[in-house]
Amino acid sequence: MEKRELTCIGCPLGCQITVEMENGEVISVTGNTCKRGDVYARKEVTDPTRIVTSIVNVDGGTIPMVSVKTRSDIPKGKIFDCARALKGVAVQAPVHIGDVIVKDVAGTGVDVIATKNVEAAE
Amino acid sequence: MLTYDLVIVGGGPAGLAAAASAKRNGIDSIVILEREPELGGILNQCIHNGFGLHTFKEELTGPEYASRFIEQVKELGIEYRLHTMVVDIDASKKVTAMNREDGLFEIQAKAIILAMGCRERPRGALNIPGYRPAGIYSAGTAQRLVNIEGYMPGRKVVILGSGDIGLIMARRMTLEGAEVQVVAELMPYSGGLKRNIVQCLNDFDIPLKLSHTVVDIQGKERVEGITLAEVDNTGKPIPGTEEHYDCDTLLLSCGLIPENELSRGIGVDMEPVTNGPAVNESLETSVDGVFACGNVLHVHDLVDFVSEEATVAGKNAAKYIKNGGKHDEPSHPVIKMNPTGGVRYTVPKTINVDNMDDQITVRFRVGGVYKNCYVATYFDDELFSRRKRPVVAPGEMEEVKLTKEKLLAHPDLKQITIKIEEA
Ligand SMILES: Cc1cc2nc3c(=O)[nH]c(=O)nc-3n(C[C@H](O)[C@H](O)[C@H](O)COP(=O)(O)OP(=O)(O)OC[C@H]3O[C@@H](n4cnc5c(N)ncnc54)[C@H](O)[C@@H]3O)c2cc1C
Ligand code: SF4
Repeated sequence: MEKRELTCIGCPLGCQITVEMENGEVISVTGNTCKRGDVYARKEVTDPTRIVTSIVNVDGGTIPMVSVKTRSDIPKGKIFDCARALKGVAVQAPVHIGDVIVKDVAGTGVDVIATKNVEAAE
Repeated sequence: MLTYDLVIVGGGPAGLAAAASAKRNGIDSIVILEREPELGGILNQCIHNGFGLHTFKEELTGPEYASRFIEQVKELGIEYRLHTMVVDIDASKKVTAMNREDGLFEIQAKAIILAMGCRERPRGALNIPGYRPAGIYSAGTAQRLVNIEGYMPGRKVVILGSGDIGLIMARRMTLEGAEVQVVAELMPYSGGLKRNIVQCLNDFDIPLKLSHTVVDIQGKERVEGITLAEVDNTGKPIPGTEEHYDCDTLLLSCGLIPENELSRGIGVDMEPVTNGPAVNESLETSVDGVFACGNVLHVHDLVDFVSEEATVAGKNAAKYIKNGGKHDEPSHPVIKMNPTGGVRYTVPKTINVDNMDDQITVRFRVGGVYKNCYVATYFDDELFSRRKRPVVAPGEMEEVKLTKEKLLAHPDLKQITIKIEEA
């Protein structure tokens, strides 16, 4: 049997949660004060995901960098692959919020999109 | 001299929401003055997500949240001037500002909203001995360098202070390829959100050392390393606990203070606990017609509450202007707020029931971590409400809502006490 210790991020109480697992199946969740902690812990031990945010270069824009994010969360294990895939990427101004910057980043099936408007410099 | 009904100083989330609210409440002559090249304030450098859950029911990044308010301001046709720094405001509401096109110029306003935000505590206040080599940055400066300029300040990093900006930068620099070795925190608890501790430190196995501080910085030209030591419960380093770290960069994340040089210049009364102006129910300072909202008033952790607060300030400024730039005499005694028993301050500090909306939100922070406690509100000596809270902590702003109806039912009320009571 495997034991995992987690801190719940649901509220400032930050309960220390212990999850017992066997063959990848959750057997028990203890230490949480409310239901949200249970839901969080189960997801976190079986399928942890994160939104990744970063910046990429813009050519010909009013500012040199544009902020970007993964459109939805990606597996936690892919965070670094995603960051690496964004290294050296440059896009042409204008860029608008929601524009796709990198399609299907690091084989996650998720696009990286712009989170800021950058107009073309005159 | 230029004249406007309403001048808003600062084009961050507070200034933007205040402007939109004043306009919707019938004021057309408005100008926002912003010293940076773009609107949006500090949010432009906060590229991480987690903004706007309360307001938009979705998690936005800082620039996305800002853009929603920038769009509103543009759609409402509100005037704004960028690259424009306000240098002085006097008690007659004359605003002196400057920019490259117009040089130094003056604007006479009927009302003013202060929305200058906050700045980081200067590192001089940190009392670290030794040289001041290159490679020491405040976390916010580093955030600006990395996220706006695309410049990495260093490769091997130690962070002092576990406030949210420090935590966010630990993750950010790790993703950009730096090695963040440790985050040290002087206090026995972190002032940052749990979510940031988990997702910015634990996700990357970055250790958090509580009750630790930097006792020495090595390197003359550039930082070469630092020494951490554990501190005792008075904050003094414990001899023999020193640990050395090689690093080329030290980030300081030691908290924020409201940016209030202008407010002091006007002569408004200040609240020593928040370092912001003392305000009444209308978020108006001690100088008639000068309002304040956002981080200049008290440091917020959730931008949603900044927008909410600013909307109230904008509405009240509009009311003041429409009332001919004056207030009616209060028909009830002005109620004093009395924060005590763990509650450090309240915004507002006083309530004139005649001027309040149907409901008012009193915001405050506590001085320590209290588990299983009550937030208790007393009308003079009589218990008015008692709300059970599993935990309250200094890092999270708390609130109590009061309704006009309830206050009017106590016509002789002089003081409202808010305190934390153990269960
Ligand atoms: C690093 C960091 C991370 C954060 N993370 C989160 C988060 O994850 N979620 C969340 O909800 N909130 C977060 N916040 C909080 C939120 O961003 C702030 O509370 C909010 O931006 C405050 O808005 P403001 O308008 O009061 O101040 P600001 O955004 O600071 O805007 C003030 C503006 O006034 C301008 N100004 C100042 N002085 C003058 C002058 N003399 N003349 C002209 N212009 C002037 C400044 O240039 C600036 O644009 C974070 C804050 C920081 C600093
Ligand atoms: S389990 Fe519930 S009470 Fe505990 S931290 Fe999570 S959300 Fe908060």
